[in-house]
Amino acid sequence: MAKITFDGIEVEVEDGTTILQAARKIGGSVVPPAMCYYTPLKGSGGKCRVCLVKVTQGSAKDPRPMPKLVASCITPVQDGMVVENTTNEDVMNARKGIVEMLLINHPLDCPICDQAGECDLQDLSFEHGVSATRFEEEKRTFNKVDLGPYIQLHMTRCILCYRCVYTADQITAKRVHGVLGRGDAAEIGTYIENVIDNDFSGNVIDVCPVGALTDKTWRFKNRVWFTKPMDAHRDCPTCSGKVTLWTRGEEVLRVTARKDQYNEVEEFICNTCRFDKKETKDWTIEGPRHIERNSVISVNHYELPVLNVPIVPNLPSSTKKNLPQD
Amino acid sequence: MGIKILTEHIDVPGIETLEVYRKHGGYRSVEKALKTMTPDEVVEEVKTSGLRGRGGAGFPTGMKWSFLAKPEGIPRYLVCNADESEPGTFKDRYFMQKTPHSLIEGMITSSYALGANTSYIYIRGELMFVLRILEKAIAEAYAAGLLGKNILGSGYDLDLHVAPGGGAYICGEETALLESLEGKRGNPRNKPPFPAVKGLFASPTVVNNVESIASVPWIVNNGGAEYAKIGIGRSTGTKLFSCSGNINKPGVYEIELGVPVEEFIYSDEYCGGIWKGKQLKAVVPGGSSVPILPANLITKTAAGEQRLMTYESLSDGGFVSGSMLGSGAFIVFDEDQCIVRNTWNYARFYHHESCGQCSPCREGTGWMEKVLHRIEHGHGHQQDIDLLVSVAKQIEGNTICPLGDAAAWPVASAIRHFREEFEWHIKHPKEATLPGAVYRGQLATIEA
Repeated sequence: MAKITFDGIEVEVEDGTTILQAARKIGGSVVPPAMCYYTPLKGSGGKCRVCLVKVTQGSAKDPRPMPKLVASCITPVQDGMVVENTTNEDVMNARKGIVEMLLINHPLDCPICDQAGECDLQDLSFEHGVSATRFEEEKRTFNKVDLGPYIQLHMTRCILCYRCVYTADQITAKRVHGVLGRGDAAEIGTYIENVIDNDFSGNVIDVCPVGALTDKTWRFKNRVWFTKPMDAHRDCPTCSGKVTLWTRGEEVLRVTARKDQYNEVEEFICNTCRFDKKETKDWTIEGPRHIERNSVISVNHYELPVLNVPIVPNLPSSTKKNLPQD
Repeated sequence: MGIKILTEHIDVPGIETLEVYRKHGGYRSVEKALKTMTPDEVVEEVKTSGLRGRGGAGFPTGMKWSFLAKPEGIPRYLVCNADESEPGTFKDRYFMQKTPHSLIEGMITSSYALGANTSYIYIRGELMFVLRILEKAIAEAYAAGLLGKNILGSGYDLDLHVAPGGGAYICGEETALLESLEGKRGNPRNKPPFPAVKGLFASPTVVNNVESIASVPWIVNNGGAEYAKIGIGRSTGTKLFSCSGNINKPGVYEIELGVPVEEFIYSDEYCGGIWKGKQLKAVVPGGSSVPILPANLITKTAAGEQRLMTYESLSDGGFVSGSMLGSGAFIVFDEDQCIVRNTWNYARFYHHESCGQCSPCREGTGWMEKVLHRIEHGHGHQQDIDLLVSVAKQIEGNTICPLGDAAAWPVASAIRHFREEFEWHIKHPKEATLPGAVYRGQLATIEA
């Protein structure tokens, strides 16, 4: 076991745990954001750099600080390590800089993007971004690519987190999916415009932190915050069959895997569950799913918020009327 | 004339053949090391020699070797980094082309020291002709029993392979090189684990520059202590410099570390002075990724001391008034060269060569290039200079591999030392975009 101090909070974790996982054990606002790291995917992480933290004391044995900011998602803890995240100005500045970098070539087309409302990049730029841009050059753009009947790739929105590449690599057998090109011309591709054709291909949509990979059976149907997430299950011969249904009235608009508060899937699901079972009678509904992270989804929530604490106290009556209604 | 270690016999006709090479004392170190020394003794000699990595970072080679993990039953590898792609660097190509056997001799001796039974030379894809020369030399060495099973009857086996890259600068970064060598996309790995623990094919691996490896035979033959006597302080031995730019005698020079920079530029023995008798404007002393220095700061440090061709002296003053020795690519600019244009050119290179894996480098290099392109072509704004400084700062130190730093330093240093020139470009877009237009207002203040 290793004991570390993260933002002044002591936490004890297994040896070999990463700093990010240790921070998640503490939870709350001290947890560094992660755009590329994905717990279920081996080898992911270290690429987006938004989880950079400052290690002010390497370990109890060797108390020297680490010279550079380190990516918390891939750096293992040492006993006696002292880490600063939100308490360190350099870290916050670096993160702000990196968010700016992630956004310069991003189209910022949230109003017409299906991911809006559950987008990691949206949350990240809300927390760490600035409202004005210093980038006046032309943005890099790509044409949209169809990856078979279910998935659409819109590379322009991609932040090259490689999550979908790892997913394609690790949970499906026949891999046709990788990164082509270099630098800011690098793109996710299925050499050349191949169809991704296997039972679990839909999972690349779930792991995508932005709207680069979207579900064609759901595109432009509705905004996520108008739909109700419901936990449901069915007897599926290929996967666990445990999903979240996104419904509006009686209609099932979308099926996704169940995601935790860090937007990581609990169990990957198969394409039959995701794309073909779009009626309530296909499912045994367990109850509403509470979405913690994406506040915009919970704004319209029918479920009482935590322990009767009013989330918006003393709200002027004029504002109340403007809340999105189902 | 100082002592020559690497290029002593480089001009002997036929030195690329095994026969002539052996006649001039070649492969003596292999016999000495394999027959009379233990691997650890070779490592010790290299440690004593103070030899520092010649690829750019200047990390002590012996130290790097001693970090190599030695678990039972797992093979170890030595990989020679011959992916020389830094703009301005051409020493390794010249050296391998002329005396391929020197590198092979170094590979055998070094592999023996590290206990590696398979070694690789990863060569830049553009250098196909050098690859052929090396392969021919390796075939000769195999035929003479210097490679393969039971080398010279010592019981030590070594297989040496040459592998070409696909033409990516990033594959010169050691972990990207290993990925590429494994047949994957050349993306740098996250560290730790370092290659010394988990490198090629997940086995302990040492990656060394061509020049570092080629220096090992001399160290084995003459002893590490003897090598440490050459040079000054912690900068021991000799080093190859690829000299280019506006000088009278461009080319590769082997010098004993410690020659004054001024002498190196103006002496007829080396660069031979600035061509056409023009004034020296600036020097990039270690390859495109190290900070550029104006004439007054390259010959003397900020404290007024004479600057020498050593690791320490060139980096004296840190990034404020110093630079780095880097890979030894000495690029000289005369008074007619435009720093803005040059900086844009470097930025364009790094933009093109960024692997695109981590966000600050992928997006930042492109951003810097676009802004510099705008300034150079007369569309800059006054706030662009500070924007560049801030973008460079956002990249520096926040990336997986040092390419991000390498892209940020030239931009940041050019602005630090030649801000006036950037401002002139922005204030006078019409004049600045005329062919051959150069800002001369700063020349008097930076005169050496």
